[in-house]
Amino acid sequence: MLKQIEGSHAMAEAIALCRPEVICAYPITPQTHIVEGLGELVKSGELENCEFINVESEFAALSVAIGASAAGARAYTATASQGLLFMAEAVYNAAGLGLPIVMTLGNRAIGAPINIWNDHSDAMSMRDAGWIQLFAETNQEAVDLHILAFRLAEELSMPVMVCVDGFILTHAFERIDIPEQAQVDAFLPPYDPVQVLDPENPASIGAMVGPEAFTEVRFLAHYKQRQALRLIPAFSAELGKIFGRATGGLLRTYRIEDAETVVVAMGSICGTIKDTVDEMREDGVKIGVVCLVSFRPFPVEALGEVLAEAKDVVVVEKSIAVGVGGALADNIEGALRNLEKRPRLHSAIAGLGGRPIPRDSLRRLFETAVTDPWEGPHFLDLNDRVVGREIHRVRKVRRSGSTAENILRQLALTSQLPQD
Amino acid sequence: MTDVQMTDVPALAPDEAQQKLKFYQKGTFTVGNRLISEGERSVQASQARSNALTSGHRACQGCGEALGARYAIDAAMRASGNDLIAVNATGCLEVFTTPYPETSWQLPWLHSLFGNAAAVATGVAAAMRVKGKKTRVIAQGGDGGTTDIGFQCLSGMFERNDDVLYICYDNEGYMNTGVQRSSATPPAARTATTPALGPEPGNVFGTGKFVPKIAVAHNIPYVATATVADLHDLERKVVKAMAIHGARYIQINVPCPLGWGAPSCDTIKLARFAVECGLYPIFEAEHGRVTHARKIRKQIPVREYLKLQKRYAHLFRGGVDDPRVARIQAICDAHIAEYGLLGDDEEV
Ligand SMILES: Cc1ncc(C[n+]2csc(CCOP(=O)(O)OP(=O)(O)O)c2C)c(N)n1
Ligand code: SF4
Ligand SMILES: [Mg+2]
Repeated sequence: MLKQIEGSHAMAEAIALCRPEVICAYPITPQTHIVEGLGELVKSGELENCEFINVESEFAALSVAIGASAAGARAYTATASQGLLFMAEAVYNAAGLGLPIVMTLGNRAIGAPINIWNDHSDAMSMRDAGWIQLFAETNQEAVDLHILAFRLAEELSMPVMVCVDGFILTHAFERIDIPEQAQVDAFLPPYDPVQVLDPENPASIGAMVGPEAFTEVRFLAHYKQRQALRLIPAFSAELGKIFGRATGGLLRTYRIEDAETVVVAMGSICGTIKDTVDEMREDGVKIGVVCLVSFRPFPVEALGEVLAEAKDVVVVEKSIAVGVGGALADNIEGALRNLEKRPRLHSAIAGLGGRPIPRDSLRRLFETAVTDPWEGPHFLDLNDRVVGREIHRVRKVRRSGSTAENILRQLALTSQLPQD
Repeated sequence: MTDVQMTDVPALAPDEAQQKLKFYQKGTFTVGNRLISEGERSVQASQARSNALTSGHRACQGCGEALGARYAIDAAMRASGNDLIAVNATGCLEVFTTPYPETSWQLPWLHSLFGNAAAVATGVAAAMRVKGKKTRVIAQGGDGGTTDIGFQCLSGMFERNDDVLYICYDNEGYMNTGVQRSSATPPAARTATTPALGPEPGNVFGTGKFVPKIAVAHNIPYVATATVADLHDLERKVVKAMAIHGARYIQINVPCPLGWGAPSCDTIKLARFAVECGLYPIFEAEHGRVTHARKIRKQIPVREYLKLQKRYAHLFRGGVDDPRVARIQAICDAHIAEYGLLGDDEEV
């Protein structure tokens, strides 16, 4: 049913349609509206057979989900940013135990300095934790991906994180098609655990393992996650048929047929990039986009296929692996390594801590990549003047104080200075 | 020759001729008691016990934690009709009972992390509720996993009154990692991180916390302390706790021969002395109020208790008592006054 609805609320309705049995809630912006929505659905009785538990921390949220899932219940939680870091130990544990928990991540920057706005640092911090990580481009996709996530998680017995851009998606009101219960039921069978805490059949779960088996355990976790490279397209197709629209997949391409420059990105920014591409196409630039849905598992082959003909690949990502550059760009590099005609790779860091990513800046970035390529990561719309001043100041004064504060002071000052 | 028939002889000797036997075992610490009625016997005395923590595990000889866990879990198993799931925090109990592919646990058992046992148990209980199952849930961990790193999850579980019995095996330190100080380590005790060095060797005074009291402050339905020196009482408390729904907490004093520096054969003695000197008050509380304290039978000076353990050896160096022995005695005296530990035993 089509609804004019907030993204978070749409996701809550979609999650409810998946008949979760235990939901753990702990507030952190920007995921709050999702669990609030679910709380309402449980309290009003619309979502039956569901325990909604207000926990005392994100660490507890995921731990409660771990217990519930291991005991055979379909478990869900949501978090963002600091919350994801606070539950970090349990994030790895849930994956190690092979528990099919679904978690929404309302993508948000990580402090310090504390920042509530959107980027992908949080998701990137857990990229090696063993969870499947799917990124939604639109709220419609966020709805669909949650339904896909439960099926995928339970099929593989592996947790899935659905990453949705904080505010940009979570707080946006738009027209979203909410599936019917029967449609979701047709797609998602009841949870049938691989191993369960059962007094009839007692098992010890989560015991210690030594060097003699650990490598094999990890190999099989890796192997199992790679199975999702096959299952994600298959389930997406199945879901697409039921819903009557294309959805999910490992990645989506846009106007890449004859593209010499291909931009790769994840999440909602793909929309702005598509608009920029349309604009540049009108001016005759051969450019296209690959919107990556599945970051974990990382679809090396699928990427290789869609990037094989490109001359330049520009990776736009909303996080920075400090001391290295772009983690997504690094991963893409791996996908390009075995191509016959290896395209040039250009890494751009954009939208950190909610910095807007305007079309003009993107267009300039894509053009410069071809005409005047840069080394290492390029920070989109970096205020060089402010950065320069701060570096000089820090060199002069030992007690130089908070960088964040100094930059804001400078900005206040420079706004009064004539622009060059 | 007499014509009195044997059948005419009374069965009992006249009162003054009867031996005054005192069956001291009845109502005492002793467990394997065949002299009392079936109903009064311990769960362990029954051949039908579940052996939920069965033999073959790797605990040190004389490990109080292994003993406490066996009694506690078997009692909980009987009380739940063997319909029980256990969640275990990281620690000695988890390590010595399990390394894959072996396990001593004969009930469904889940280990997740060091600091989340209470929350994981909440999740298991929620799953049982939503599935309409009657299966009961216990969580268990050491003092470190309970009073320190797991405390936030524990308090959350209490506050929500989740249907979980949490059992803390208090051996007064982080034993699994090599005997470091926890917030349950008593003053003056030597651990690897409170070494017996410097002007005031061992753990400092005026720090630490007694979680049973904090549990009581959560107004949960049931809180108790127990000891492996009185396994009847321990079993009774577990059974009582299992008859209640909501958040329940039992903390068991479990001597650790390795960490405390004591012979394996002294585990029960040490546990008894810890109670009898007043250092470890044994009490019960319901809904925020202390309802019962186990009286000291034969009070001993704390010195007797301390002297048996190498972790306090620095208090007796050179044959002189460190003045801090008196400070520990004062702590015992305060417990005795606070919980009314002297006087008639109302228990038996
Ligand atoms: C997050 C985390 N920190 C530290 C450890 C290391 N660790 C494992 S067991 C343990 C000590 C356990 O002490 P306690 O809970 O008192 O149980 P005991 O071994 O004494 O029975 C520690 C520190 C860990 N496993 N996880
Ligand atoms: S170190 Fe202590 S608690 Fe651990 S197994 Fe040995 S005696 Fe038991
Ligand atoms: Mg301990």
